[in-house]
Amino acid sequence: MKVVVCIKQVPDTKGGVKFNPDGTLDRAAMMTIMNPDDKAGLEAALRLKDQYGAEVTVLTMGLPKAEDVLREAMAMGADKGVLVTDRVLGGADTWATSQTLAGALRNMEYDLIITGRQAIDGDTAQVGPQISEHLNIPVISYAQNLRIEGDSVIVERQYDDRYHVLKAKMPCLITALAELNEPRYMTPGGIFDAYKAELTVWGRADLKDVEDSNLGLKGSPTQIAKASDKVRKGAGEKVALDPAEAVDYIVDKLKVKHVI
Amino acid sequence: MNLEEYKGVFVFAQQVDNCVNSIAFELIGKGKDLAADLGTEVTAVLVGSGVKGLADELAEYGADRVIVVDDPELKEYRTEPYAHALASVIEKYKPEIFLVGATAIGRDLGPRVSARIHTGLTADCTQLDIGDFPLNPMPGKEQKHNQLLMTRPAFGGNTIATIACPDFRPQMATVRPGVMQKKDRQAGAKANVEEFNPGFTPNNNYVEILEVVKAVSETVDIMDAKILVSGGRGMGGAENFKILDDLAEVLGGTVSCSRAVVDAGWKPKDLQVGQTGKTVRPNVYFAVGISGAIQHLAGMEESDIIIAINKDETAPIFDVADYGIVGDLNKIVPALTEKLRAEMANKN
Repeated sequence: MKVVVCIKQVPDTKGGVKFNPDGTLDRAAMMTIMNPDDKAGLEAALRLKDQYGAEVTVLTMGLPKAEDVLREAMAMGADKGVLVTDRVLGGADTWATSQTLAGALRNMEYDLIITGRQAIDGDTAQVGPQISEHLNIPVISYAQNLRIEGDSVIVERQYDDRYHVLKAKMPCLITALAELNEPRYMTPGGIFDAYKAELTVWGRADLKDVEDSNLGLKGSPTQIAKASDKVRKGAGEKVALDPAEAVDYIVDKLKVKHVI
Repeated sequence: MNLEEYKGVFVFAQQVDNCVNSIAFELIGKGKDLAADLGTEVTAVLVGSGVKGLADELAEYGADRVIVVDDPELKEYRTEPYAHALASVIEKYKPEIFLVGATAIGRDLGPRVSARIHTGLTADCTQLDIGDFPLNPMPGKEQKHNQLLMTRPAFGGNTIATIACPDFRPQMATVRPGVMQKKDRQAGAKANVEEFNPGFTPNNNYVEILEVVKAVSETVDIMDAKILVSGGRGMGGAENFKILDDLAEVLGGTVSCSRAVVDAGWKPKDLQVGQTGKTVRPNVYFAVGISGAIQHLAGMEESDIIIAINKDETAPIFDVADYGIVGDLNKIVPALTEKLRAEMANKN
C-alpha cells in the first residue's frame, strides 16, 4: 500500500506576518513550521505504515527551503520526500496549487492521498478537494478517524452536528483534522537519517498533464485586490476590582446598556 | 469564456434532513444586496431528495427564483452527487456569482465544484461587495467594473485580504455563517420554481454511507443566542461550568466555550466559538477565563458588548473587551448571578 501525504511549510502565525509589495506573502521573511492539520495527516499515514507496512511519501510545493519540512516528516518516519519547486509556480492560488500537486501526483504511485484539512496561513481548506477533482478520485474531507478494509478506506467524516461513516474504494483522497490523532515526535535516529536522505526535487518539467496556463500567479483565477493587517476594535475599559465591586460594576453596565 | 453570458446571483440553499440551514437565508440576504447593485436577481439552488416543499421558505426570505435538483441519490450530503448537481446547474444557467456557505458541507463542495468548472473560489468570506478591479486604475491593466470583491481574514485573523476573480465565471465564494444578515421574512412571498435533474449515475467517486451518527444535543445553537456566557481554560474543569450555567440561566442566555475547553473534553464541539468553531455576534458576550487567542477573537469580536473576566491583566481578550474585569472568576461569577437574580426579582 502506498500513501502520499501532502504537507505544507507554513509561517508560524505567532511570529507576525509580512507581505511583498504586490500583496502576496513574503514567505522568506517568516519563521516556519509544518502545518498542524498536515502533521495529523502524516501521523495517520505513519500509523498505516506501522499497521500494514504502507510506504509513506511526503510531497510539498514551495521555495527550496521547504525541504526542511520534508526532512522533518522523514525524521518522524516518512520513507520518501518530493519537493516541487520552480519560479513559475510562485504566487499560486488554490486552483493553481492543486493543479501543480495533481501534476506531481500523476507521476507518483498512490492508493491513498492524505492532506490536512486546511493550512493555518491561508485557512482555505480548498486544495485537498481540488486535487481530488483534478485526479478524478473520491474525496472525504474532515476525517476524524480512518481505517483500511481490503481495497477500501473507512472514514468518520465530521459535520457540525453529526458524523458520517463513509466507505470509499481506493485510490481516494482524505483531508485530515488535527483531532485525528496526536502526532509523534521525531526520533534522534530518524533526524540523523533524514538529514542525509536523498530528496526528490521536481520542477515544472516533472509535472504531468498540466497546462502552463494553469500554473503560478498567471494561472490563478483569483487575484488579490488588497491585503492589510486587520484593524481591530479598540479596547474599552479595564478595571481591577474586588468581587463585590466587580459585580456592581457589571450590573451597572448591563443597566446602562438596557440589557436588564 | 464569454463573461457577458454569465448573469445573476446564485446561492446554494444548504439543507440537512430537509431543513433549510440558516446560512441559506443569510446568503439570499447578501445576494439581494449584490443583485441590486448589478440590476439582477437572486436564484437559490436547492439540492436534496423530496425537498421541493422548501422552496416557499426560500422565497419568503427573498429568493426570486428557486432551482430544485431533486433525486434519491441526494438524500444525504455526499461530495460527488452534490458537486455534479451544482456543476450542472452552473453549466446550464451560467450565473455570474455563486455563493456557498462556509460550512462543513460547503467547504468540501465549493472546491470540488470550482475545480470541475475551472473558476476561482475564495474561502470563508466575511464581506462581499460589488466594485472595480483593480480597485484603482493601473497603467497597462484594464480596470473591470461590477466585479465581486471578496474579503476574508487569513493567518488566523491576523490579516485581511480582498480578492477578485476578474477573468472567470462564476465568481465563487464560500461565506462564513453568522456574518451576513438575513432579510425579514415576507410571509406568502412566492418565487419562480424550476426543477432540473442532470441525471445521477453512481461511479467510483460516489462514496458509500455506512452510518449516520447524530450528536445528541439539547442546547440551543450558540449562533442564535442573544446572550452568550463563554468559558475558557481558566474555568479549570468541566464541573466548574455550573457557575456559567447559572449565570446564563438568570440572563436567559446560553453557554459557549473556547477551543481549549473542547480540546480538554469539557464541552462538545458545537459550543465552540472561534476560527475553527462558530462565529457569533450576540448582544452580550461574557468571556470568562478566556485569554483571547486571535482565533477566538475572530469568532466573537463582532459582538455588541463584550465583558471579559480574567485574572491575567495582560490577557489579549482585554484588547477587544468593552468592559474588562481583572479578578477571580470563581468569586465574581457566582456573586454576579446572585445579584442579577435579586435585580430580576425586584423588576418582576
